[in-house]
Amino acid sequence: MPELLDLAKRIADSARPGEEVEAYVSRHRDTDIRVYQGDVESLSSAESAGIGVRVVSGGRQGFAYVGNLDENLAREALEEARDNAGFASPDENVGLATPDGVAAQPLELWRDTLASFPTADKIALALDLEARVRAGDPRIRQVVSTDYGDGQAESAVATSTGIAVASRRTNCYLSADVVAGAGDDTQTGVGYTVGRAPDELDVAEAAGDAIERATRLLGAKKPKSARLDVVLDRRVTATLLAILSGTLSGEEVAKGRSLFAGRLGEEVATTSITLVDDPTNPLAFGATVYDAEGLACRRNALVESGRLSGFLYDTYSARLAGTVSTASAVRAGFKSTPGVGARALSLVPGDVDQEAMIAGIGNGLLVQEVSGVHSGVNRVSGDFSVGAEGLLIRDGALAEPVREITIASTLQRMLLHVLAVGSDIEWLPGVASGVSLAIADVAMSGS
Amino acid sequence: MTETETPLVDPAAIERTLATALARGGEFAEVFVEDRRSTGISLDDRRVEELASGRDRGAGIRVVVGETTGFAHTADLSERGLLAAAEAAAAVARSGGPGVRTVALEGRDVPSPSTVGSAPESVPKATKVELLQRADETARAASGSIVQVSAGYGDSRRRILVANSDGLLVGDDQVRTRFSVMCVASGDTGMQTGYESLALTVGFELFDRFAVEDTARQAAGRALAKLAARPAPSGVVPVVIKSGTGGILFHEACGHGLEADHIVKDASAYRGRVGQLVASPLVTLVDDGTYSDQWGSSAIDDEGKAAQRNVLIHDGVLTDYMWDFLRARKEGRSSSGNGRRQSYQHLPMVRMTNTYLLAGKDDPDEIVAQTPYGVYVAKLGGGQVNTATGDFVFGMTEAYLIENGRITEPLRDANLIGNGPDVLSKIDAVGNDFDMCPGTCGKDGQSVPVGCGQPTLRVTGVTVGGTAGA
Repeated sequence: MPELLDLAKRIADSARPGEEVEAYVSRHRDTDIRVYQGDVESLSSAESAGIGVRVVSGGRQGFAYVGNLDENLAREALEEARDNAGFASPDENVGLATPDGVAAQPLELWRDTLASFPTADKIALALDLEARVRAGDPRIRQVVSTDYGDGQAESAVATSTGIAVASRRTNCYLSADVVAGAGDDTQTGVGYTVGRAPDELDVAEAAGDAIERATRLLGAKKPKSARLDVVLDRRVTATLLAILSGTLSGEEVAKGRSLFAGRLGEEVATTSITLVDDPTNPLAFGATVYDAEGLACRRNALVESGRLSGFLYDTYSARLAGTVSTASAVRAGFKSTPGVGARALSLVPGDVDQEAMIAGIGNGLLVQEVSGVHSGVNRVSGDFSVGAEGLLIRDGALAEPVREITIASTLQRMLLHVLAVGSDIEWLPGVASGVSLAIADVAMSGS
Repeated sequence: MTETETPLVDPAAIERTLATALARGGEFAEVFVEDRRSTGISLDDRRVEELASGRDRGAGIRVVVGETTGFAHTADLSERGLLAAAEAAAAVARSGGPGVRTVALEGRDVPSPSTVGSAPESVPKATKVELLQRADETARAASGSIVQVSAGYGDSRRRILVANSDGLLVGDDQVRTRFSVMCVASGDTGMQTGYESLALTVGFELFDRFAVEDTARQAAGRALAKLAARPAPSGVVPVVIKSGTGGILFHEACGHGLEADHIVKDASAYRGRVGQLVASPLVTLVDDGTYSDQWGSSAIDDEGKAAQRNVLIHDGVLTDYMWDFLRARKEGRSSSGNGRRQSYQHLPMVRMTNTYLLAGKDDPDEIVAQTPYGVYVAKLGGGQVNTATGDFVFGMTEAYLIENGRITEPLRDANLIGNGPDVLSKIDAVGNDFDMCPGTCGKDGQSVPVGCGQPTLRVTGVTVGGTAGA
């Protein structure tokens, strides 16, 4: 890893007077294994790396990248970024991060055991999961794919403004995509387990999860449309939080594209809602020491007891809003410039488990899965309409499964209609944790 | 396009790489080389925020042994880099090698269905930037209620070379140009958004064929119309879908379910249904990688197979699925030219190209006039399908109520949900108009450019996921 930081520093040190230069260097080693019917279907193992260079000059930003660690190509990218900067509109708020004195929280995100874990044992893990799912329930008709994947990611950021940091992390997962059937009836489910090294994976849990999700919807029918209370399953809540985080981006707020613009300090949710983004929590899948501009990550409270208390900022959006970065710069990789994003969202858990929550609402719907989130949620207007499947709740208990429905409301209404926050917090892949969440008065569209 | 530049890799080095890939007992080996250059420019909040350029090049090598595929990729296109990747991909062949196999490559030319009049790399950056500024000004001039505009320009040139142990050696040079505008309008009822895009497999002459001002006005108009929108109905109603973006319905409702990888794994509602009526007899559905200039077009797919026009459903009867090399090989047939991949770092799989419904006989205005009550969808924004169950959703981003055969009030955004075979059987009118739209299709973590298209059509009943009583 020192060589990544050294390369980044050499590029950043090439800044000319009056110019700021940032180099972001990353390298990944990934293994992806898919098994099918007791055999390896595909095995891919590769390393990829690249460098992205930002140049800021006279309030103008330019960017270029190259999918390679060749220093000559990196210097070509620097020249290209310089040239590109000349075409941007000047803006005094444009600039690179500067050290802000916040100390980095040490996090153990790297496991040496991952690199030494033999490929044959990775294959065995995937085969074990597939076998467990097949044997687990006679209604499992097909295990469409069972995947093992792992990655070792290293990155470094250096700027001519004093940033020079490097970090690394490992991760791995196992997942099974399952079809259950009884007669003409078909349902699907996905089960998974994640960790930072293979010994942290729980194969039995992933198998059980896949089986339960696929089989409990068998016999699902399309119900009549109704307005009702819903309980969101943990994974669904995590999806909802990820959507919400887009509306809490300081950049979207400053540009007038957030439904929360101008509402800081207002009551936007029921008092049971406290939402934080804390990448320094080692339990979070998205935990990380530094943000994509090289600032130390920190805990940011966004909603406290229902009151809107903060937004997420990177360097540019913070300057635009007249505040400081919350170290919330994220980037999709070396091919793009940083933007604002959450990494480790969670609701502060309540004190009821899902069963008690279901008993509490009496009649309604348990939402197990949602679909069409990218096409059905508008982060600017707040309109929310997604495909759903799950189980009806009758007399405080789970009743028959339902499918081919939508649930609709607005993000604003849903937050103000939270009935209860579950105690069952679970850290999930992605940027958010899940808890069961009960929400009142949602429109369910069916037949 | 004629290849005027030097080959990406020396064919002799590729022959040696294929031999190395097969040395441990592989039955089939393939080298996929890619060199991609791209430019992206974004305008937001009245400012040209950034101009970004990128270069990616590398090779992906796969080796097939029995039912197992080994894959490795490298950004090092030297012979040493290629041989190392070939060794890594060959490692899946655990049984040891049956000896040396040599490969003799035979170069082929496949003409591109698309034309490039003006190579984007030869157009000054300032000219590209100016397009964005014109779009911003036009959108803001549409109304004082337009409070924010963002616009994006992008072009890419992707040169690929595919060689395999069957002796195939073929290349393609793909140039794509795109432009998009997103507007936010603000009014008494809150904020609304409108989006419009242009994207074709052509060069900079895209902007001779289409005016960015029109794109900007359409995006602005869409946001403005929704300021007065009321909540969409909740429940089953007749839906008329305007020509163009409604192609997403077919992409989701049956396109994915007709991909052979889902079929062979019994994960599609369309398995075992070739020869059967799976849609209204008004439905003839085609997937066509040869459609000139469209967003999903190319000379060859990413396995070197010449692009084809494949009829999937003819007069409502399922005629065939879409195939890539591996799935076709297993069935002892040939690929339909649908093996695609996001980049050299990805394995190919079955993907759509340009998927569209052929035009019918009905007058589009008459279709609306003969609908007493329903929803008119002028623009769809995307969707998702569960191929195993056939349940799919798609989102409407510009829609109106139909009352007494007339388009009346605008509706807020909502998803529609249906089951593929069920919705396809409920199409009772197909217009004599037609339009295509570009999109990005995501599958198993890989994104590829696709086209969708359809004439105006009516579905007798779809569940609209709004909040108002139907």
